[in-house]
Amino acid sequence: MATTADTFQAHTEDHHHDHDADHKPAFFARWFMSTNHKDIGTLYLIFAIVAGIIGGGISGLMREELKEPGIQILGKVAMFLNHGSAVGMDQQLHLWNVLITAHGLIMVFFMVMPAMIGGFGNWFVPLMIGAPDMAFPRMNNISFWLTVAGFCSLMISPFMPGGTGNGAGVGWTVYAPLSTTGSPGPAMDFAIFSLHLAGAASIMGAINFITTIFNMRAPGMTLHKMPLFVWSVLVTAFLLLLALPVLAAAITMLLTDRNFGTTFFDPAGGGDPILYQHLFWFFGHPEVYIMILPGFGMISQIISTFSKKPVFGYLGMAYAMVAIGVVGFVVWAHHMYTTGLSEDVKMYFTAATMVIAVPTGIKIFSWIATMWGGSIEFKSPMVWAIGFIFLFTVGGVTGVVLANGGIDDNLQDTYYVVGHFHYVLSLGAVTSLFAGFYYWFPKMSGKMHSELLAHVHFWIFFVGVNMIFFPMHFLGMNGMPRRYPDYTPAFEHWNHLATLGYYVMAASMVVFFANIIYSLIAGKKAADNYWGEGATTLEWTLSSPPPYHQFETLPVIEDNGHH
Amino acid sequence: MSVQKKNRRIGLYALGAAVMMLGFGYASVPLYRLFCQTTGYGGTPQIASEAKAATVGTSDQTVSVRFDSNKDADVPWTFRPEKTTMTVKLGERYMAYFIARNNSDQPVTGQASYNIEPEQTALYFNKIQCFCFTRQTLKPHEEVRMPVTFYVDPKMLDDENSKDVEQITLSYTFHKLKDPA
Repeated sequence: MATTADTFQAHTEDHHHDHDADHKPAFFARWFMSTNHKDIGTLYLIFAIVAGIIGGGISGLMREELKEPGIQILGKVAMFLNHGSAVGMDQQLHLWNVLITAHGLIMVFFMVMPAMIGGFGNWFVPLMIGAPDMAFPRMNNISFWLTVAGFCSLMISPFMPGGTGNGAGVGWTVYAPLSTTGSPGPAMDFAIFSLHLAGAASIMGAINFITTIFNMRAPGMTLHKMPLFVWSVLVTAFLLLLALPVLAAAITMLLTDRNFGTTFFDPAGGGDPILYQHLFWFFGHPEVYIMILPGFGMISQIISTFSKKPVFGYLGMAYAMVAIGVVGFVVWAHHMYTTGLSEDVKMYFTAATMVIAVPTGIKIFSWIATMWGGSIEFKSPMVWAIGFIFLFTVGGVTGVVLANGGIDDNLQDTYYVVGHFHYVLSLGAVTSLFAGFYYWFPKMSGKMHSELLAHVHFWIFFVGVNMIFFPMHFLGMNGMPRRYPDYTPAFEHWNHLATLGYYVMAASMVVFFANIIYSLIAGKKAADNYWGEGATTLEWTLSSPPPYHQFETLPVIEDNGHH
Repeated sequence: MSVQKKNRRIGLYALGAAVMMLGFGYASVPLYRLFCQTTGYGGTPQIASEAKAATVGTSDQTVSVRFDSNKDADVPWTFRPEKTTMTVKLGERYMAYFIARNNSDQPVTGQASYNIEPEQTALYFNKIQCFCFTRQTLKPHEEVRMPVTFYVDPKMLDDENSKDVEQITLSYTFHKLKDPA
């Protein structure tokens, strides 16, 4: 933790003396033309929840199909989407690919990223560094609405012709030549355009965060005093800034290959489809850290708050994230072990990938060391955070297994990989999102949630997601390939259990929404610092919710020689 | 300097970094080609000049070379090697022939892409002349015999990754030219 309560003197009279600080524009101007970081953060969070419901609903369809061997519901879904007339088997199987693609793209670009960076980043980075707002408030607004436009484009795609049937069935990786000559029709173009919009939005967001964090910290808030959540967003913003343009270049080449006769990825004109994979994963690997790093930051704040101790090894924690970011750029080909890399190249990428386990291990160790000897309170955010450490570590361990080029030859494109990345994302990133949500929801809304429901939500969710994803490791090691709607009856047992797990997880979401509704209707008013003495960052010096404009007089952080 | 001014400056630096990475994405296209040609990555064989070919030492060691021919579905040709395999002495120059026949009533222009398997031998497989270096136009029902001149560099024996290879496959795929000139 960068600051403790006695290390700064916030000008707390700020939010009492001046009614203008809380003057809000009318509804339309406030929510559609917003330049206020807190309002934009709220919009992002609502958007992410909506996208999460759609993406999660799609995974429900997929789990239902995989409950038994054979094709069960794809035909019905395809018929429903085809205005009630039956469709052939090829189109049904194509629909499977469309569902996979939509699920992946929605969850990555329109759920996790908007929630982590757009939602919590926008809300709390300015608050935690003592800034009145983001550096470029209007660009912040453009970022949000471009993300919405991108989502609309992605939602149009499944209803457009895509070759075999409606929609783009290429997976979130959009590999050529499947995405070029293999997917004629506008569905693919809409999906690519959606990535362009989301990418442009994120690049602008990254520029905004970098400028805000470098330039708008309150006096005395040095880089080495910044809360770890701010550090995590800073590193994430750099990853976005350097990785997303490469994706933009790659998918623009896809577009011109598709529509304007270029041959970047077409051997007939001297191109190479493998180049697309290199470009995609040069973006794609940093992207997975983009999705988890802000989660790391939130977990650090939460563990420290509820252990009532500063984070163990603050500098080590900050620079571990920097190291993860840097090394994350030079490991991309571990996603491509089976594309015919030479032994030497595989050896390098195996070793480099394993190096990432070191800074990640530092973080896990430091979280545990923060708890050790602390006066721990098991409030709901803390329970979610401890759940995160457990689940993320499981995903990290299977990641080290998959990092081995030789083992990956066997496990490539099996359910083992699906299990691995859902443990770090669906269980890791999403669990940290819920931890952050319960940590900050009363600060954002001014209403306390129900701690009981938050705990119930956690336990049902924890059981559910482990039921879904743990058996996938067994399936993968037994050779069940990913991306198929059907399987041999030998795999039925674990698939059935995974589908039951989905129902359990879905039940936990009912509790989550019930909790939000409860707190908004009947929640107790939240105090300024409702978590008490462990919560020491600047946002806790403000009211809940904070005034519409905060820190009009900047807080001053005094140097007392420790973080 | 005012905060706005400083913000604009850092914002522009960041934008510059993003634009640079976009440029890097496009620059990777020629860089990747260069990388493949220099390292034989992905089975890219070497192209050797007559002068360079003359300087290569020979060896009594032999390796088998297999010829493989493919074509895109939309190329109306028959395309096959004259001989499927050849045993060659390392360092010595050989000529192999491929036969292509246009089965359609239209002239068709195609160009062959090529690849070496196993990939680690691509660095030592040198082509001096090849029908694949240029586009080939076949008149209706024309049959042509197309040569490739090559040698296998004896340095292959010094490389841990390639010294035990007993057979090298040279594979061609004919593509219809997208824009016949």
